[in-house]
Amino acid sequence: MSQDIYPQLKEIIQPYLPEDVNPDAISPESHLVTDLNINSTHLVDIVLDVEDAFDITIEDDELDKMETVSASISLIEQKLAAR
Amino acid sequence: MTKAEIVNKLPYSDPFLFVDQITEVSQNHIVGHYTFDESHDFYKGHFVNFPVTPGVILLECMMQIGLVSLGIYLLRDKNFDLKSNSTVAMVDNEARFYKPVFPNEKVTVVSDLEYFRFHKLKSKVKMLNEAEEVVCSGIFSGILKPGDE
Repeated sequence: MSQDIYPQLKEIIQPYLPEDVNPDAISPESHLVTDLNINSTHLVDIVLDVEDAFDITIEDDELDKMETVSASISLIEQKLAAR
Repeated sequence: MTKAEIVNKLPYSDPFLFVDQITEVSQNHIVGHYTFDESHDFYKGHFVNFPVTPGVILLECMMQIGLVSLGIYLLRDKNFDLKSNSTVAMVDNEARFYKPVFPNEKVTVVSDLEYFRFHKLKSKVKMLNEAEEVVCSGIFSGILKPGDE
């Protein structure tokens, strides 16, 4: 399952990377804010794009469960399973 | 919350308050207006011998009505006081200008909410002149955080 989610998530993240961060820098361990330098408002955009792409709803208090790429994948998997 | 209360809660004052009145407000929409008095200091320098309201000031006016005033209304039941415990910051605007705004012109700002989630308010905002022509339109985003969160 996560094999399908990972490339899709990577694609969602890419447009929000700062110019000086290479898209190749995205890895499962990447922390969106500290490693990829994504600012907090773009984090919101990523969450909204993830909601649309996977047709899930992420609650306001779940933003901190999307700190890393792998944590985000787990949250998406969990949401998809609960659907 | 009344429309006058929204204006009173704005964290701006002369010479940087660009809201005269809010005329419509709901959960996803706000309308307000402002008249650019010719006495504004910036007209002396923008431009020399040809006063035109600077684009950044138009954006500020759109932000104050379209984002901050709407946010104050949406957070009316939260502990959201921009004069003491809360914060607001503009993070994004994609705007296009169509017409100049001259001294003493009255403009109306109309804002339609796209979303307000995770403290980020994103709205489609346009400014109209008295002839109902679009002066500027864009998509604006800001972060509005109540003090207790």
